[in-house]
Amino acid sequence: MSEQTIGQPPAGDQPVAPPEGQNSNNELLRKITQGPGPGLVSVLGVFVALVIGGLLVAVTDKKVIETSSYVFARPSDFFSQLWRAGTESYVALFNGSIYNSAQGFSPFLETLTVSTPLICAGLGVALAFRAGMFNIGAQGQIIIGATMAGYVGFAWHLPLVLHLLLVIIFGLLGGALWGGLVGLLKARTGAHEVILTIMFNYVALYLLDFLMNTTAFRRPGETNPISPILDANATFPALPGSRLHLGFVMAILLTVLVAWMLKRSTLGFEFRAVGHNPEAARTAGVNVARTTMLAMAFAGALAGAAGVAQVAGTEKVLTAGVAGSLGFDAITVALLGRSTPWGTFFAGLLFGAFRAGAVNMQISTGTPIDIVLVVQSLIVLFIAAPPLVKSIFGMNPKKRVRKTETIKAGAK
Amino acid sequence: MTSTTTAALQPSISLLPSKKTPIVLSVIALITLISFGFLGSSQAANFSLSTSTDAFKIPDLVFPGMATNIVFGVLLLAVAGYSWWLRSKGRTLPTYAVVLAAVLFVLGFLIWVVSGANINTISLASLLAGAVVLAVPLVFGSLSGVLCERAGVVNIAIEGQLLGGAFTAAIVASITKNAFAGLIAAGIAGALVSLVLALFAIKYLVNQIIVGVVLNVLVSGITGFLFTTVMQEDPELFNSPAHLPVIAIPGLSAIPVLGPILFKQSVIGYLMYLAVFLVWFGLFKTRWGLRVRAVGEHPKAADTLGIKVNATRFWNVTLGGIIAGIGGSFFTLVAIDSFTKEISGGRGFIALAAVIFGRWNPIGAFAAALLFGFADNLQVILTIIGTPVPSQFMAMMPYLVTIFAVAGLVGRSRGPAAAGEPYVKE
Repeated sequence: MSEQTIGQPPAGDQPVAPPEGQNSNNELLRKITQGPGPGLVSVLGVFVALVIGGLLVAVTDKKVIETSSYVFARPSDFFSQLWRAGTESYVALFNGSIYNSAQGFSPFLETLTVSTPLICAGLGVALAFRAGMFNIGAQGQIIIGATMAGYVGFAWHLPLVLHLLLVIIFGLLGGALWGGLVGLLKARTGAHEVILTIMFNYVALYLLDFLMNTTAFRRPGETNPISPILDANATFPALPGSRLHLGFVMAILLTVLVAWMLKRSTLGFEFRAVGHNPEAARTAGVNVARTTMLAMAFAGALAGAAGVAQVAGTEKVLTAGVAGSLGFDAITVALLGRSTPWGTFFAGLLFGAFRAGAVNMQISTGTPIDIVLVVQSLIVLFIAAPPLVKSIFGMNPKKRVRKTETIKAGAK
Repeated sequence: MTSTTTAALQPSISLLPSKKTPIVLSVIALITLISFGFLGSSQAANFSLSTSTDAFKIPDLVFPGMATNIVFGVLLLAVAGYSWWLRSKGRTLPTYAVVLAAVLFVLGFLIWVVSGANINTISLASLLAGAVVLAVPLVFGSLSGVLCERAGVVNIAIEGQLLGGAFTAAIVASITKNAFAGLIAAGIAGALVSLVLALFAIKYLVNQIIVGVVLNVLVSGITGFLFTTVMQEDPELFNSPAHLPVIAIPGLSAIPVLGPILFKQSVIGYLMYLAVFLVWFGLFKTRWGLRVRAVGEHPKAADTLGIKVNATRFWNVTLGGIIAGIGGSFFTLVAIDSFTKEISGGRGFIALAAVIFGRWNPIGAFAAALLFGFADNLQVILTIIGTPVPSQFMAMMPYLVTIFAVAGLVGRSRGPAAAGEPYVKE
């Protein structure tokens, strides 16, 4: 059901008249993306994902395995160990991301820092979703954005404010270029954006890898692929005593901007119109090709902003691994945020907290960071399939029973 | 999934075929003539065809760099001119001419880099044999993609299936000390990933691309987690898989060039040839295949004729998972000693590219996977002989080629019409 929440490209994937069911789907899409989401189910989905993640940690825990050998003799040992192993990782996660008694709320500042690029790139993915496209290419757009921003940051030497401004502009331009190219190819040739963006990701990756081996980008006297440090004028001012920088404010502003754009601007309206039904949009006079291109360019620019946040804020240098796995995390962020700007913002905060806390978790309990990937992807899966979560909790209210049953009958 | 959204929305006024193919052909002809030919090195490029174990020796092929490429460039210009002429008659270039042009261009490129390198000799035999080895997981992955997409389910999770297969094969083959047990377990692991895909895509109607993307992250997370918590705790017990030996068929494997490619493979390598044939035969020569393709093209019509759409999709996705899982086991049972994080390294996405480049046909996907394996191996060899082309650009090749392919170099690649669409019976 709720795949319709997520900007639903199939509408854009059907050149022929959509089947009759499609209209009601679009109706549903409108309801869910614009009205309040089914909150309880989302919360339960997150809960189930956390429980499964906790169980995974618990069953690989040494003490749990030890006590399981005599579980029938002394079950209390086993269950107390199971509970300890399952929960202590999450406690460490919380301590590393929100609050702990030693540092107070300063871990939360780290969460904000980590979530800044997630929010920006997530907005890029969400915006493309709303225009009916799957932007798997945030990774490549971040890389190109970061590369251009980084180069301006360390190669040029300009006065305060102006320098940072140019860094931001070039970062956005880089992302917009990489995304817009995909939009152009899709609009002109009909090639599918999922394939294009995946391929562009790799091209960007190797391009950066190549650049990092040239004298223009490599820090003098350095054998590792690392750029010179960006000029002080080119970086975001940071809050003293933390890594939190002004880039977070940029993320907030971008969220406001995207929300305004989608709701109030003509362009945003055209994006959504094309996302719902490109044919109807064209009939209504929207230039679908131009809208497709612009939507991808804007999406790319937002991902480029994530690259800026990384090079000019958090890292202050350009490295071959500048994008990490941000581009792919951004997809889960946008999905969890149901492709709405503020939903994406808070989803970015949540996953930022996971990321920030995972470092502390790995240090204090030895749980590998990978568990965050597991929990993150499970959350998205469960949120995308509310009927599954409902059936886990045996809560299919009578009103809904008929609806889900018809779907299930159809599925069989 | 590569339906012609926007193009279909804008009916073209011109009745002539697209200019794309002639333009691209002209461009590559000029590149060959000018950059590879006139500006190329005048040294000769040597390609040795035999290895020391061959039954008989074939003399090396020697091409003078500049002269050969000028000839190739002129030939390519002729093909491009022919394609412009055909277009003016309202016809398109036959496929064999496109293939010919591609082969000429690749050969021209090869001669250009080798003649310009520090060492002007490469072994064509080992270049090709290595290409096939690198292509094995790609072929399995792309067969999985073909099976799923032909039935109307987009499979972005190939990467996850390969990775899951590689992990499970490693751990099972380590514990049982039996590589075949690992092979079977890898198939089961791939099928499990597929089951999740099928559950969410078919039963809960979640968008297939979303499920695929998320599944890749999930498998990467689970295998990474278990790698650290289980495998690294006791690598001797959990991460030292028994290996599948390379079996050389006596006599046949000594044939120059072809011998090592066809008759000197691991069990998985031989399985690859078998799987390509079976999937092709199944899809295009049997009643089952006809039904599968019907489900992928027009599920409603198929349903009307009594074909169980969602059951067909379910079994195809499962079968695809088994195949991709077996392909993943190649990493840990043949190619590399033990499992490491992200061992599949994005090859699932190249396999996806091979599906599209091969136009959703098992044979085509096989050829595309071989081409990508070739590019991969060429990159390794060119780095050794020291060419002016940076290795990163060689590494980009499969992706650039795919971009060209989906953007319409080789005609439009159009997938099964209903791929990506969940089917709900009304």
